[in-house]
Amino acid sequence: MQDKDLELLRILEDNSRLSAKEIATMINLNPDDVKARIHALEAEGIICKYSTVINWEKAGNGEVSSIIELKVSPERDYGYDRIAERLSRFRQVKTLRLMTGTYDLQLLVTGKNMQEVSRFVSEHVAPMDRIRETATHIIMKSYKENGNVLFEQKEAERLPYSF
Amino acid sequence: MRNFVSERAQSIPPSGIRKFFDLALTMENVISLGVGEPDFRTPWNICESGIYSIEQGVTSYTSNKGLPVLRETLSDYLNQHYNLHYNSDDEIIITSGVSEALDIAIRAIVDPGDEVLIAQPSYVSYAPCVTLAGGIPVPVECTETDRFKLNPDTLQDKITRKTKALMINFPNNPTGAVMNLKDLEAIADIIIDKDLLLISDEVYAELTYEGNHVAAGTVSDLWQRTITLNGFSKAYAMTGWRVGYLCAPKEICEAVLKIHQYVMLCAPVMGQVGALEAIRSAEEDKNNMVQEYRLRRNMFVAGLNRIGLSTHVPEGAFYAFPSVKDTGLSDTEFAERLLKEHQVAVVPGSVFGDGGKNNLRCAYAVSRKHLTEALGRIESFLTTL
Repeated sequence: MQDKDLELLRILEDNSRLSAKEIATMINLNPDDVKARIHALEAEGIICKYSTVINWEKAGNGEVSSIIELKVSPERDYGYDRIAERLSRFRQVKTLRLMTGTYDLQLLVTGKNMQEVSRFVSEHVAPMDRIRETATHIIMKSYKENGNVLFEQKEAERLPYSF
Repeated sequence: MRNFVSERAQSIPPSGIRKFFDLALTMENVISLGVGEPDFRTPWNICESGIYSIEQGVTSYTSNKGLPVLRETLSDYLNQHYNLHYNSDDEIIITSGVSEALDIAIRAIVDPGDEVLIAQPSYVSYAPCVTLAGGIPVPVECTETDRFKLNPDTLQDKITRKTKALMINFPNNPTGAVMNLKDLEAIADIIIDKDLLLISDEVYAELTYEGNHVAAGTVSDLWQRTITLNGFSKAYAMTGWRVGYLCAPKEICEAVLKIHQYVMLCAPVMGQVGALEAIRSAEEDKNNMVQEYRLRRNMFVAGLNRIGLSTHVPEGAFYAFPSVKDTGLSDTEFAERLLKEHQVAVVPGSVFGDGGKNNLRCAYAVSRKHLTEALGRIESFLTTL
């Protein structure tokens, strides 16, 4: 991948709302070139989606998130892929990863409240074939998401002038 | 009663922007582009190492030269990054910021009456430090026509029998100018021919946006007659930690060390611990900051040119140096009115020497949001002229 594409991706990852024109001045390209590169990166599936980091706790809708660890018996020929793909179809599963260590699959599951999350786990996840064990951890508070600090930080005081 | 203030102290001019400073402090909603320091916080791993060292009771004096492990690590770093070879035992001194390094370097080499050439526009302390050491500061102007690089002919013209040394600072504060290998070779011949010493303040070395920084000590045969100054403030956002360093051939270093041990004893130990951590583990933090400065530079300089303030593209540091010549205002008038009427703080270029009198120093070490807002305010101001 070209350096310019990497620069472009880093800029978009930080703020996907910048216009092609704004990005163009920042990385010394013309706006059409920026648009073309973005289209290409979208077409290749490198740019998956433009979304927003939201502090839901502050938004106060009471949503509950939990990390669920699953121990899974892998399938001959497929390993973990088929079960992981199946779990991915649930809207409630926001993130799904295969891990090294004491368990296999890690799920980030969100729901309106604790009951919804626990019903989802007990009715849909735990009973699935090949799932041997589940452990559900409710997220109490999020301090940092995707590189963004969610708590208030005092701005460092700087002098108005210095040399 | 007698006037107890020495003639030397009296001869130093007061800060050129004291009144701006006081004014800005009384105002609300000021966007300051007047600050010569990063807007980033020190990377947390550096802070953590400083805190831990204090918890462990690492609070004593260090060796005058600085912690041996820091000098060794630094020696390797300079070798790998700049091809600069300085022995950690007797060619490197850790100082309290580059400010101290500059002062003791000058004091170690200047005798009364010696002339010291200063490539200007320059950082504000160079000339006063020379004066305090009993020397005579002689400005060598770098002009907009030369994109604020040091012109060899101008340099040649300023050299007299009394000239002892030349002080340069590239990437430059306040112009952002950079001297590449060819530029440095052109002045190296003169420095060697006239048997001068070179003091090269390279504190912005890491903030070089086009190609790699060329250390003056690696050019031609300059090494044996060069004092290299650098520090951690700008690259690692560590201004308040006060850690810099001075590198020079052994004989010069010994003389500098005598002064350092009497006036400073050693650089603050927690600062040195933080600096060590910076070299060991903050490379990526530094690169991310440099990348962000590059984006801001491109955006801000394009913006200044768009609204009608002609600005050359600075190749290093984090300053843009737009010209106000076409506005009909002097740099000081422009800066004063911009602050009073539109709440944007910039530094008049003349503060950095006569060569800057048509320009403003605007630090782009502020968030992109503030830069955009500042550009809008400057544009509104320009329409009122």
